Amino acid sequence: MAIYTKEEARQLMEKAMSFSKADDCLISLSGSESGNIRYARNTVSTSGHRSNQSLVVESSFGKKTGTATIDEFDDASLEKVVRRSEELAQLSPENPEYMPPLGPQTYDESKSYVKATAEISPEYRARVAGTSIDAAAAKDVTAAGFLNDSAGFNAIMNSKGLFAYSQDTNVNFTVTMRSNDGTGSGWVTRDFNDVNKFDPAEASKVAIDKAVMSRQARAIEPGKYTVILEPAAADGLLSGLRGAVNARTADEGRSFMSKGDGTKLGEKIVDERVTIYSDPLDPRVPSSTWNGEGTPLKKTTWIEDGVVKNLAYSRFWADKQGAQLVPFPSNFIMEGGSATREELIKSTKRGILVTRLWYIRSVDPQTLLYTGLTRDGTFYIEDGEIKYPVKNFRFNESPIIMLNNLEELGEQERIDGSLIPYMKIRDFTFTSLSDAV
Amino acid sequence: MQRRKFVQLAGLGAGALMLPMSMMGNEIPVEALLDPGMDVAMKKKLADVALNTAKSMGASYADARIGRYLNQYVFTREDKVQNTVNTESFGIGIRVIADGTWGFASTNEVNEEGIKKATQQAVAIAKANSKIQKEPVILAPVASHGEVSWKTPIKKDFKEVPVSEKVDLLLGANAAAMDNGASFVNSALFMVNEQKYFASTEGSYIDQDIHRIWPTFGVTAVDREAGKFKSRDALSAPMGMGYEYLDGLASEKVEGPNGLILYRNSYDMIEDAKNAALQAKEKLSAKSVDPGKYDLALEPNHLGLTIHESVGHPLELDRVLGYEANYAGTSFATLDKWKSGDFKYGSDIVNLVADKTQPHSLGAVGYDDEGVKTKKWDLVRNGILTNYQAIRDQVHIIDQNESHGCCYSESWNDVQFQRMPNVSLEPGKEKYSIHDMIKDIENGIYIAGRGSYSIDQQRYNFQFGGTLFYEIKDGEIAGMLDDVAYQSNTQEFWNSCTKICDKDDYRMFGSFFDGKGQPPQVSAVSHGCSTARFDDVNVINTGRTV
Repeated sequence: MAIYTKEEARQLMEKAMSFSKADDCLISLSGSESGNIRYARNTVSTSGHRSNQSLVVESSFGKKTGTATIDEFDDASLEKVVRRSEELAQLSPENPEYMPPLGPQTYDESKSYVKATAEISPEYRARVAGTSIDAAAAKDVTAAGFLNDSAGFNAIMNSKGLFAYSQDTNVNFTVTMRSNDGTGSGWVTRDFNDVNKFDPAEASKVAIDKAVMSRQARAIEPGKYTVILEPAAADGLLSGLRGAVNARTADEGRSFMSKGDGTKLGEKIVDERVTIYSDPLDPRVPSSTWNGEGTPLKKTTWIEDGVVKNLAYSRFWADKQGAQLVPFPSNFIMEGGSATREELIKSTKRGILVTRLWYIRSVDPQTLLYTGLTRDGTFYIEDGEIKYPVKNFRFNESPIIMLNNLEELGEQERIDGSLIPYMKIRDFTFTSLSDAV
Repeated sequence: MQRRKFVQLAGLGAGALMLPMSMMGNEIPVEALLDPGMDVAMKKKLADVALNTAKSMGASYADARIGRYLNQYVFTREDKVQNTVNTESFGIGIRVIADGTWGFASTNEVNEEGIKKATQQAVAIAKANSKIQKEPVILAPVASHGEVSWKTPIKKDFKEVPVSEKVDLLLGANAAAMDNGASFVNSALFMVNEQKYFASTEGSYIDQDIHRIWPTFGVTAVDREAGKFKSRDALSAPMGMGYEYLDGLASEKVEGPNGLILYRNSYDMIEDAKNAALQAKEKLSAKSVDPGKYDLALEPNHLGLTIHESVGHPLELDRVLGYEANYAGTSFATLDKWKSGDFKYGSDIVNLVADKTQPHSLGAVGYDDEGVKTKKWDLVRNGILTNYQAIRDQVHIIDQNESHGCCYSESWNDVQFQRMPNVSLEPGKEKYSIHDMIKDIENGIYIAGRGSYSIDQQRYNFQFGGTLFYEIKDGEIAGMLDDVAYQSNTQEFWNSCTKICDKDDYRMFGSFFDGKGQPPQVSAVSHGCSTARFDDVNVINTGRTV
């Protein structure tokens, strides 16, 4: 049994802590059970199950720290792992960025654990694959998909009396549907804490419809187009912006957020309709309410009405700069509008609908310029209707330029633990065509 | 747990951010790296438990891999050691065929009871999945090798070099960069030892000891007044070598254009860090490129990644067949193109070979992870597509009866599958140096080192950047350029290859953490070549104002 209750975890960690002779000690205990099934060519290819549990002890003498890990939890093993971490600490060089442990904290409770997800069986996974494959075969389409589910817990305790515990479950599903004539491809992604919210038939249908609709795509000239980015496509580019909220690299002058000797904190960088925040308690994307050193995670606004409101400060960097600690986020929520996908298409005179962006790579960290390609369903829109599928494009675009060229925000969708809206963007830069399907 | 440990490391610098969770294990004291581990006789006995259990349950084939994976990583920035990590991961993975279907299970309980249980689980998974299996497994025959062993031919085992020596080297490189005007420097050393034991019902018992090393850094120069920053990464390559790669032998240095120093099979990290700082500063005021068509001279540490993306990946047979459709994608190099026998992948001088035996390469092993003796084979000969990369259960699809020996798993915990072997471009046959090549170019760009790389899911359209760019005008270097990326199409690009330098310029590039599969696994692979010329390639300017 890899999933400990809060009390079981506390007792085990108190036992381990009782062996500590270091100045400071931080113990992390975690366990997880996960299962997966993979299929391709309309048949199952691999499947697996993993069970992990482990206890990590970090002991410190002054600024010297040592870490040791164990996966057996009898008393002798617990004492051994504590002693080993202490030996390693004595041998380590001083870490000038070492921060002493936090004292006791209070945490919010996030509902990120759902029993039904923890109880997913191999038969359930096979049924999901079967549902997806059968639906594909009925439409002359070939399915390649992957379902992964996990249930786990994390707990930390330190020698200053801090204790934190959380459980979480997740189910992640992606499937690529390719038409058997090789000219069409569709894709969908779904992720939930609660498996009851997951409908494999609905998800598979979205990808199958796109595969069928995207057959025999036409080539149109690359250039600047109005685009409707589906949330998965928008998420790909926004991840570049998320990485830029690090205060340290901004202060050091080597980030998009740097400005002269300071940072862009307080400056308007994108359209005033853009607000991005983190909130571990949002019931649509619940996540952990504490991080690895026990800092409580609260709702934090990064960009409000287009203005940079916060940059993330680690404990060391906040202390050094005399700034307030702002922990790195566990999810991202971008506020959306009320328009549905269909309404956004209807209000578009001429534009491109993008399902997803692929192989996104940083081209210039100074301007947050990224390149990549559209994939698995790219369509030309004219006079409020999808007219025909188009060949994939390579783009060179910065999320900053993109969010300054905002036309309209639509409904939000959950993508990989975050909430991202549909967005209509003008003058999105496509630089070349790709023959890839 | 692994996730949490990853997060702890991730705070430590850019290098650590790239570290896949699978490369971790339990942290151990540095002395424990020298522990010889379980002896071969015991491994054989325990592997036989798996093979016999599988057979008794009706499996038609089984293999067992007992793996001990030792890693040592050192991370520093400027004058600080951020972390030194020593890890060990030990366990067994058992793969079976039952009812024509693969099944796999693994355990870190490497004893009779644990192995029996895992084997039973593998057979049960195979039988359960056989109900929805539509393509029963067909295995190509393989020789029975008996009891054999293989070892990376290293001169200095990293495990015997004191950590303090490694820390001194990195801090020395950092100091060289800072003394020459760098604003920031992060450096790291990645060292890996895979101790792998393979046994199969085909009668092979193979003991292998594999070593890899990767010294790397990133240097950043900041101009606060101009509000600009530029980086220059190390020109080292990850190698299938011991710690001797860091000897910095003068005989292994190659002089490039504009005094650039490039490295073959021995690396001078301190010298490269000093040059990196000077070049990062020079980049701050380099001329922004005029977009247009240029003849490109691509240096091996750059061209290696182009080979990886535009030749290595599209010729993986599992991608061609659709097994990777939901993740990495498929391939433009479809079976009909290969069957035609005249698909012109590149110009007549383009010869691309796959090789799992190349000395000093990351992919070099004696036997692959399903007991096939490794070899070298052609992928593209005289510009024509001739073969793919395939393993035992795939070669029948391309009408061949011998596996290419490129099956790999990143650990005992993951199932083995087809992975890219070293894929390299053969050097030109005539005497021709990089300096000769530059003299012959009227309007071109010389590109060294890896940069931003992006390619589509069927490997047609790509856009690649680099670390250093130099303008070539009328046969001479005219100065440093910035904001350079080239866009092309794989087939068009390789057909524009008009010259390749000779073997004296041949060097290897490597990828230490190449990802594939779901759940994703990493593998390490090298790509060798000499500097090559590509005519009339489209270059774009990546500078923007925000």
